[in-house]
Amino acid sequence: MGLSGFAFGVTSAGSGLTVWQSCALSLLVFTGASQFALVGALAAGGNPFTAAAGAFFLGVRNAFYGLRLSQLLALPRAVRPFAAQWVIDETTAVSLAQPTRRNARVGFAVTGVSLYLLWNLTTLLGALGAERIGDTDTWGLDAAGPAVFLALLAPMLKTTTERAVAALAVVLGVGLLPVLPAGVPVLVAALAAPVVLYVTGRREQRAQGGRGGQRGARGGER
Amino acid sequence: MNVWIAIGVTALGCYAVKLAGLLVPAGALERPLVRRLAALLPVALLAALTAQQTFADGHALVLDARAAGLGAAAVALVLRAPFLVVVAAAVVVTAGVRAVAG
Repeated sequence: MGLSGFAFGVTSAGSGLTVWQSCALSLLVFTGASQFALVGALAAGGNPFTAAAGAFFLGVRNAFYGLRLSQLLALPRAVRPFAAQWVIDETTAVSLAQPTRRNARVGFAVTGVSLYLLWNLTTLLGALGAERIGDTDTWGLDAAGPAVFLALLAPMLKTTTERAVAALAVVLGVGLLPVLPAGVPVLVAALAAPVVLYVTGRREQRAQGGRGGQRGARGGER
Repeated sequence: MNVWIAIGVTALGCYAVKLAGLLVPAGALERPLVRRLAALLPVALLAALTAQQTFADGHALVLDARAAGLGAAAVALVLRAPFLVVVAAAVVVTAGVRAVAG
């Protein structure tokens, strides 16, 4: 995330947001993928609520990070509302890698503070820089957003289940683009997750039930 | 104004899910199905967003310099390049193709 705040600032300004709006996003939202998704949806002409919905669904994963962190860090209840803003991919990864609770707390705080400062500072620089250079598309900066998404996506594509979800989501997201209002196709594409989960669940059931000898044949899928 | 509404709604929603994770009892979200769905949701959204922001021009689908840029990013990912190099590859190649194509 760190330095890609610069990429966010540039992309956000290139999408037509002001410097203030770009900085407000980084200060208040502080979860990279959601911010990129929001400015992309706004640039495509989506209404504020469908644009926010896509960003929100991308942020849902942070709830599951919070769940693991709350057991790991055992923070007092009064501290949790302040710690919550820093519950993101990087702080979770650092905290989970620590051997003791004390180290995990220190790791969480240090990563949280330094990334928050860095992310907001680089957003400001990126947004100011983009205003200087004018047409960001000439510089290829409109490709930064999709490249960030791809870089986040790539390590997630571990098994056939994830690849199937990604493929179906691409088909839905791109296929529905010409016919649905801006911002909506992404929300429909999110349905690829429950659909693929349902289909693989049914297959696993069928493989287990009936033919006893076939049990465990699909063990490759987590 | 619309942009500020979108920023406000996103900020509230994203903060709420972060806080929810820290506050709810562990059992509530620990069911295997919920966990798997939560892991797959970003996969679907990121895949759809990548494709859209590469091939969409409003409501039309186009094949332009961005596709070449994304291809470069994909190659960089396969070569295990650091995050920033991946993004830089996409930007540089996209700008290069545009400059050459005029």
